[in-house]
Amino acid sequence: MTAHPAPTAPLRERRFPRVRGEPHGAARFTSLVIASAVLLPIATILFIALSGSGEAWPHLLRYVLPQSLGTTLLLLGLVATGTAITGVGAAWLVVGYDFPLRRLLSWALVLPLAVPTYLAAYAFGEFFHYVGPLQTALRAVFGFESARDYWFPDIRSTWGAALVVTSVTFPYVYLTTRVVFLMQGRNIADVARTLGARPARVFFRILLPVARPAIVAGLALVMMETLNDIGAVEYLGVRTLTLSVYSTWLNRGSLEGAAQIASVMLVIVFLLLTAEQWARRKQRFHSARGTQMHVRPPRLRLAGLKGWLATGVLSLPILSGFGVPLFVFGRYVSRRLYQFADPQVLQAFLTSVAVAGVTALATVIIALLLLNAMRLSRSAYTMGLVRLASIGYALPGTILGLGLLLSLAAIDNAVDQAARAYGGFSTGLLLTGTAASIVIACTIRFLALAESAIRSGLEKLPPNLDQAARSLGKTANQSAMAILLPLLKPAILTAAILVFVDTVKELSATILLRPFGFRTLATHVYENASRGVVEDGAVAALLIIATAIVPVILLSRPLMRDHNT
Amino acid sequence: MLTNKLIAARTGLAALVAAGTLAATLPAAQAEGTVNIYSYRQPFLIEPLLDAFTEKTGIETEVLFLDKGLEDRIAAEGSNSPADVILTVDIGRLMNAKEKGVTQSVEDETVNSEIPSEFRDPEGHWFGVTTRGRVVYASKERVDQDTITYEELADPKWKGKICMRSGQHNYNIALFASMIAHHGEEKAEEWMKGLKANLARKPSGNDRAQAQAIYAGECDLGIGNTYYVGLMINNEKEPEQKDWAGAMKVLFPNSQDRGTHVNISGMAMAKHAPNRENALELMRFLGSAEAQSIYAETNYEYPVLPGAEVSETVQSFGEIKPDSLPLADIAKNRKAASEMVDRVGLDDGPAS
Repeated sequence: MTAHPAPTAPLRERRFPRVRGEPHGAARFTSLVIASAVLLPIATILFIALSGSGEAWPHLLRYVLPQSLGTTLLLLGLVATGTAITGVGAAWLVVGYDFPLRRLLSWALVLPLAVPTYLAAYAFGEFFHYVGPLQTALRAVFGFESARDYWFPDIRSTWGAALVVTSVTFPYVYLTTRVVFLMQGRNIADVARTLGARPARVFFRILLPVARPAIVAGLALVMMETLNDIGAVEYLGVRTLTLSVYSTWLNRGSLEGAAQIASVMLVIVFLLLTAEQWARRKQRFHSARGTQMHVRPPRLRLAGLKGWLATGVLSLPILSGFGVPLFVFGRYVSRRLYQFADPQVLQAFLTSVAVAGVTALATVIIALLLLNAMRLSRSAYTMGLVRLASIGYALPGTILGLGLLLSLAAIDNAVDQAARAYGGFSTGLLLTGTAASIVIACTIRFLALAESAIRSGLEKLPPNLDQAARSLGKTANQSAMAILLPLLKPAILTAAILVFVDTVKELSATILLRPFGFRTLATHVYENASRGVVEDGAVAALLIIATAIVPVILLSRPLMRDHNT
Repeated sequence: MLTNKLIAARTGLAALVAAGTLAATLPAAQAEGTVNIYSYRQPFLIEPLLDAFTEKTGIETEVLFLDKGLEDRIAAEGSNSPADVILTVDIGRLMNAKEKGVTQSVEDETVNSEIPSEFRDPEGHWFGVTTRGRVVYASKERVDQDTITYEELADPKWKGKICMRSGQHNYNIALFASMIAHHGEEKAEEWMKGLKANLARKPSGNDRAQAQAIYAGECDLGIGNTYYVGLMINNEKEPEQKDWAGAMKVLFPNSQDRGTHVNISGMAMAKHAPNRENALELMRFLGSAEAQSIYAETNYEYPVLPGAEVSETVQSFGEIKPDSLPLADIAKNRKAASEMVDRVGLDDGPAS
């Protein structure tokens, strides 16, 4: 089916016309090189999986997979529902209506992105625990004496994990959906309204279908983030596939078996991505003119109580995804303020920023190259490669890191051997002995984020811009540099910021791959938390959140420019 | 276009600065007079030990904290690995390192004289430096008895009263492996089913969370390591944790018969250790009276050196009688224990 065609400016176009007569061997070649580099760790994992004997499978099939697959799917379903409702609902309110504190809330809704799931899980565990502030207050109010006097939902459950993951990942859906609502939703919505449609009808019949590709893109990111999470599910005792990967590998000493389960996860990801493609099929909405991105029709005003109700409802996800972690870690930090002067913490902060900066830059460049190859050659081959290049995001960081470690170390050792044989000197471990491996790992991991953010920007551009430039004599590359790149600036910025934030939060691959003396904020927290002394990592935890907030606010700024003109 | 060039120049500059910062953070890992440690033990935990070592010998230390995949990383690095010494916890991980071929044999008189033979590999591939008991935390208020056995945890009288962390955690796996070694797989599985039926809630959190749960009244018994209690009692920053520890007593299971299950933290020499002499120096030091007492005081573990004192806090729990089952027998049964946890569905909690 196709969505209701927009009566005004937005027009539907199948795709960028493929340019004939120009050789695109270079673009193809670039995409091939990049994709194979990105696929290196995944291929390594698959290779390990295939080298295994499969002796673990009778056990896995009987006792592990049915249960953990079920739990994983339930978790995915709950998180998908939760993030879709929260993200889309918030975007709809913020874009279409005016109510108290709207502008503040519109960017504060992005803040939960700054909180890594492993910290959120811990914070929720403490906050909702018997000795936590909520239950203590309940007991004080109602006069309960012990846990046996009343019922309280257990956060250490699949539902609890879904709440935690939803709370910190819904901004992905919020961000992608909001852009669509901002850019064209309101024009169409206004037309529908003037024709007499009620708000609910406008929302379900017009806005939702128009935003579907964006919602699905956001959801795909959320799903992959849920799949790769280990911190939250481990802490909350939820037996997902990811957890089974670890117990097979570490407790039964079977890396092959672990790689085989990871391969099962890749199949799920592949299905997810296919579903995403399917949901986006034939759905392309472009603005007709570039200027349209800046013209905003007025919002509907919610007066009085209704307005405050909207304010209250929108504060809930912020309180949950940002307020709770801030509260829990803030309390620990208040007893450890001196740690801010700790040179180790400071060094970890600088390292985090440097690694995240380099990674963001590298990832965005690679994503642009891939998308350019896709724009020039829409063959199934190129498309397939680009798709494949983004599945690294869904693998648990340690598994991806391990695949990368094994392949990079093999390269390192081969180079070293060659240097010894022919040059008589040793190069040592060029990649795995330095921070290069971490940048590579994070780039591969977060390529999906950058690719998705830039692609959705690219798809919103009217294709006739590119066509016009080329018909005026520019080559495909000149057109890309002079016309598309400047117009894509907001999308590129978004991509860079998302990658930056996720790299600051990244833990498991960094732990596995880092060289001596290399400490990021996340590893600093973990060094403390892994012994059960999370409190001592609280300052670094808060710094992670703070480091991530700055770019998150930057991210909101271009989106803030939706004031009435 | 001018602006484009400007942007390009700016990005380039940013990249250079960032790369420079990165390069600055890279230390010289193979300098003279150092020893490189790949550690599963947290840096701040071994820091006082390493400081004392450097002061005594002049040898600098570099520590890389790694949890999952420590052995895999050394194996991948091959002969270029900078690792000299591996520090880790749990007998299973030590044996795994040996099996993976990332360790080498050490025959040193000093080390062997410090560490009793039951705590080291007969071929010298690994050495235990501390032990920790897997004990039962019991509510002072709700549990009258002062002795307990692991077997008793499956007794229906505890129905809905026991809390523990994930059965797949290596501390629990080692405990279950010891049950298999003592009773055989069939009986151990019966026992585990009983334990599952007695759980108050789904296994989750860490050992400390079990103490918290006892304080909260969610359960009467918890399974945990001894040193967590020490950490809680002496937590000056979060005094509420003293209350948690105060609500419970430490019971050493099976103290009347075979003794309490203990696990070790240990060390091994990496196969391609580039600084072998320094590494050996460190290993000798970690077994010495000085290092052993630091271990005991800072992390409330039991030293392996005969005659070394435990900390006052740990003394207050009472005397521990360690199970004399050879560590190798525990390691051997880990896989079976891990599979049993899945089979019984221990981590699903009491309901199913």
